[in-house]
Amino acid sequence: MSTTSSNSASTLGPTAVARTPPAGAADLTPPPSTPHELPDKPLVTIQPRRPWSTAELHDLWAYRELLYFLIWRDLKVRYKQAFLGVAWVLLQPLMMTLVFTVFLGMLVRVPSEGVPYTLFVYAGLLLWTFFSSAVTGGGNSLVVNAHLITKVYFPRVMIPAAAVAARLVDFAVSFLIVAGMLVYYRVPPTWNTLMLPPLIVLAALLALGCATLLSALNVKYRDVSIVLPVLIQLWMYVSPVLYPPRLVTDALGHWGWVYALNPLVGVVDGFRAALFGGTFDLFALSVSAAFTLALLAYATYTFRRVERSVADVI
Amino acid sequence: MKPIIKAENVSKQYRIGAPAASYQTLRDAIAGAVRGSLRQLRRDGRPEGETIWALGGVGFEVRPGEVVGIIGSNGAGKSTLLKILSRIVEPTTGRVDLYGRVGSLLEVGTGFHPELTGRENVFLNGAMLGMKRAEVARKFDEIVAFAELEKFTDTPVKWYSSGMYTRLAFAVAAHLEPEILIVDEVLAVGDMSFQKKCLGKMGEVAGAGRTVIFVSHNMVAVQSLCNRVLWLHQGKIREEGQPSAVVSKYLRSSCSARAEQKWDDIESAPGNDQVRIRRACVRPADGTPSESIGVKTPVVMEFEYWNLAPGTLLNLSVIVSTEEGYPIFNTGSGREAVWHGKPFPAGLFRSAFYIPGDLLNDGTHRVRLMFVKDQSVVIHDTDDILVFDVEDVHEKRSGWYGKWIGAVRPRLEWETELVEPGMPALTEAAG
Repeated sequence: MSTTSSNSASTLGPTAVARTPPAGAADLTPPPSTPHELPDKPLVTIQPRRPWSTAELHDLWAYRELLYFLIWRDLKVRYKQAFLGVAWVLLQPLMMTLVFTVFLGMLVRVPSEGVPYTLFVYAGLLLWTFFSSAVTGGGNSLVVNAHLITKVYFPRVMIPAAAVAARLVDFAVSFLIVAGMLVYYRVPPTWNTLMLPPLIVLAALLALGCATLLSALNVKYRDVSIVLPVLIQLWMYVSPVLYPPRLVTDALGHWGWVYALNPLVGVVDGFRAALFGGTFDLFALSVSAAFTLALLAYATYTFRRVERSVADVI
Repeated sequence: MKPIIKAENVSKQYRIGAPAASYQTLRDAIAGAVRGSLRQLRRDGRPEGETIWALGGVGFEVRPGEVVGIIGSNGAGKSTLLKILSRIVEPTTGRVDLYGRVGSLLEVGTGFHPELTGRENVFLNGAMLGMKRAEVARKFDEIVAFAELEKFTDTPVKWYSSGMYTRLAFAVAAHLEPEILIVDEVLAVGDMSFQKKCLGKMGEVAGAGRTVIFVSHNMVAVQSLCNRVLWLHQGKIREEGQPSAVVSKYLRSSCSARAEQKWDDIESAPGNDQVRIRRACVRPADGTPSESIGVKTPVVMEFEYWNLAPGTLLNLSVIVSTEEGYPIFNTGSGREAVWHGKPFPAGLFRSAFYIPGDLLNDGTHRVRLMFVKDQSVVIHDTDDILVFDVEDVHEKRSGWYGKWIGAVRPRLEWETELVEPGMPALTEAAG
């Protein structure tokens, strides 16, 4: 038996083959000539943006289908995971209505402006549920979707916008109950009913403004998501959801107008006036509209500022 | 020819750390936070503090059909550049013009939701990557066929195996058909077949005259796939041109031998609040780090480190690679007798292992050190903590001095025996 060391084995020449250089290092095929025409103008120009630049409007349009998919995903996932699915959307305000009808309507006897308290409070809760869930969901949306933001580009504002829009779908479903109740309680439609669409748009824009602003702040200060539920709860009690605004304005005397500075007063009161007839509080409505516009402008501005660095911070 | 990507003076500044402030009381803290938040909002929502330039004035052009490799050590700005090109982060200064749609293989599976079915995720993911719904619908069958998941399109992806998940995600990205494809280190993740698919897709994209930007630590892949290479160093382009030339310059600079590294100041030593490295060295088993190592020399690698988190179950994992970055072997402290499996108290530790002689081949070796907690979580990872040369020992080579092939050069026992003496009995063809 004979053994040879690997060193002497080298004389046999397995290594006589010079080590090949890394494949392709030497023989580079030149790039093939371009098969497609380049556009004259760049498709995209990447540069630091000012908050008011309009470059993103183009993107918003280009990515409009994504907005649809984000809304669709939100709804689909929420309903798939929950056992009762869509039923929850109806059950939540219905259960609250039941409790408040018993305690506030029957025991405390809160006035309800000529309609049954059940109907009165359901209408308020319906709008409120939409508003609060849109603001809460929208406010957390950027943080929740951090994994998207750090991986792929799209106009970031679509995230809170989709969260709000998805709740609008919920709202539409629960609205059917209100329609049913109006028939049951024989509340006839009036010309006021025409005000419903603009009022719902106003509520949605107000929610969008809050959600956009809060989602941007939430990226930097996670405190927002902790404080938000408490603030939302408080906001419900200072808004005419469970009681008519008259209760507050009467108590305030000639300082009654102060109550209308809460932008939800005009919206909630107006929503009921549109459903049940009655007079619109034009002052409160104007305050709501003006506040919403100002908030949207400020929220957009803040959001755009944060958006520039959101992928760095989140 | 007109460039498809034109980048001018692109810089990116990151603020690191929290603003320096010391709050005296809660009231001060709240007041300070309120003042601070107002101030910070005015300042683009970024906190004040120390800043670093991840990219400092990078400019380049890429022509359609080019495959451009971007190389550089960790922290050189490669990922930042890719993120800017794919619009995930905004540059601090500068401008990039893109004359084509950008798709990137770093966003494989983005937006996949476990509750949604394969079909639903394909549409969602496609929309996220910028595809129109009609486009996804047209390519849907092709995507599913590519992923080999025809039977599972209506199954929620949470029931998918990870392989199925990756295949589907990659299939969507692969059908995006961008004019500019960005590939970031995909070769580091996924199994062999996935890597092959990625590389195949890159080749196909490049072959169709599209443009590829490829970032990798794998110099062999960079050299074989790219026709031009940008070498980023500390946020700037250090060298640009022919792959083989740039890669070899890069390797030479990054592999300046360091057989020993010491950090006297614990603050600036590599590490974090859990571990800090004090010293690393590689030396002949019976010598010092300044002595040379030959192919026959038994070698000891030593690491001294502070454990700063008492009670941690700590493991060291070391990967020794060739100069080009091919891993040769990975060894862990899992078989160490005294401390393995015990909680480490805070303190200075030294771990070492022994490499027998006649194992390493000659050439430059790079050492990567990872600290692993609970045998699963990498808490710190240092590339090229040591770089050392193993020298050939010529005397026994009997005259031939070519490069010995292979990542290792083990000295194995051979046997040869005479099975049958005499000339082979060639059967004369009887015709």
